[in-house]
Amino acid sequence: MDSDIVMVDDNGKRLDGRKADELRPMKIEAGVLPNADGSAYLEIGKNKVLAAVYGPRECHPRHLQNPAKAIVQCKYNMQSYSVGDRKRPGPDRRSQEISKITAEALEAVIQVELFPRASIDVYIEILQANAGTRCAGLTAASVAVADAGIPMRDMVPSVAVGKANGHLLLDLNKEEDNYGEADLPLAIIPKTNEVVLLQMDGHLTREEFDTAMKMGVTACHEIYEMQKDALRRRYSVAADEEQEVEE
Amino acid sequence: MSKSVVSEIRRNHINELLRKGSRMDERAPLDLREISVETGVIDTAEGSARVHYGQTEVIAGLKMAIGTPFPDTPNKGVLTTSMELIPMAHPDFESGPPGMDAIELARVVDRGIRESGMVDVESLCITPGEAVWMCFIDIYAINYDGNLFDAAALAVVAALKNAMVPASNYDKGEDFPLPVTCVPITMTAAKIENTLIVDPTFDEEMVCSARLTVTTDGNGDIRAMQKGKSGAFTVEEISDIVDLAREKGEEIRKIIG
Repeated sequence: MDSDIVMVDDNGKRLDGRKADELRPMKIEAGVLPNADGSAYLEIGKNKVLAAVYGPRECHPRHLQNPAKAIVQCKYNMQSYSVGDRKRPGPDRRSQEISKITAEALEAVIQVELFPRASIDVYIEILQANAGTRCAGLTAASVAVADAGIPMRDMVPSVAVGKANGHLLLDLNKEEDNYGEADLPLAIIPKTNEVVLLQMDGHLTREEFDTAMKMGVTACHEIYEMQKDALRRRYSVAADEEQEVEE
Repeated sequence: MSKSVVSEIRRNHINELLRKGSRMDERAPLDLREISVETGVIDTAEGSARVHYGQTEVIAGLKMAIGTPFPDTPNKGVLTTSMELIPMAHPDFESGPPGMDAIELARVVDRGIRESGMVDVESLCITPGEAVWMCFIDIYAINYDGNLFDAAALAVVAALKNAMVPASNYDKGEDFPLPVTCVPITMTAAKIENTLIVDPTFDEEMVCSARLTVTTDGNGDIRAMQKGKSGAFTVEEISDIVDLAREKGEEIRKIIG
């Protein structure tokens, strides 16, 4: 590791000019794919992510059907050109793990008991990656599920807190991630502050962990506002169009 | 693929409209949908483009790396094309390794690029027999409403035209634009009853008996063709489609400049 790199300068600014607890610029757009029942496009920093939801629909393969509730299936996929060296298409162990924890986090808020035997299929495609794609994917997927009109208790905003050169930093970008000493992706249910996704690797002291969690939860509430705003924009446009038709 | 079925009522509607010279989206039989091309949409790719044909959307990205040439072409760069029909794009698409449809699509697009000599592969040679540039072209269907052949081919052409070879990443001097020599354009026509249409939508693809994809270059010469589905064309129909492909090719070439 090259410890000469200064992650935070004397003015408290990071390599890209952000403060330690500042998110990268973020943009969410709901309802971008005509075929999907719900969809969202999200950019955070240099990440570009598409999420689509199909369902509730018939569950395939059938042996996965649950007579008591719908199952949530997720496919997280990094497109070949989304990273520095071309990624071979198709699932690898990392993307399978991310798919699993993303589905679990979404299932925590979707009212799956309303759709026995059905499947809710969530697809996350990473078009361009720059650290933090699993969180960006889940944030976008939540908006897509809401856009699909599937009953849910709340959305799940997600963000990662990292540690680089001894500093706790919110929402690491690729450059910072290369020098990362710890990574703590999390997602919450904003209404209750319950945590529905949590991973961690690296090295954090007890105190650092508490601070990192606080930073993450605060940022999730910020992201939550942007998720709601995306839905509002989508449906106010839809409502306007409807009015025009009536007139 | 193709779990979908088109209802009898929709099939009849498409047929009846066409007999009157019209289509479900109010196009004339030989009209294209609105086409949009955006390039440079993926910063991590050496070249990229997003293309819409109506509601059909695809993204193509080029990644490059240095590798060893094939023994029979020691002084030529390597081109490979693959197509992913991801389940995001349509309810009929399933995840998994590329199926027959995806393979056919990738190969037809590849043929148009390769046979037209669009990419000057000889200038992608670094050391003959040892090191050449490898071009990995990946196409993802994002939303499928018919005619992936033309959308994918156009996305690839636009991505290649705007690509930079990442030489500086490999200590091979400065980055330089990917050398391209021409702009091949692909057009697909389909036959419904006895009418020819171009740029079929999903429903029209389901109803048509045959389709023909033709790639032409800037001189109006034919560089690649592919006939699909179980129906048949007359020789006159094929000749008409080739003329159409040349005509539409000129139209589309103007869009990407």
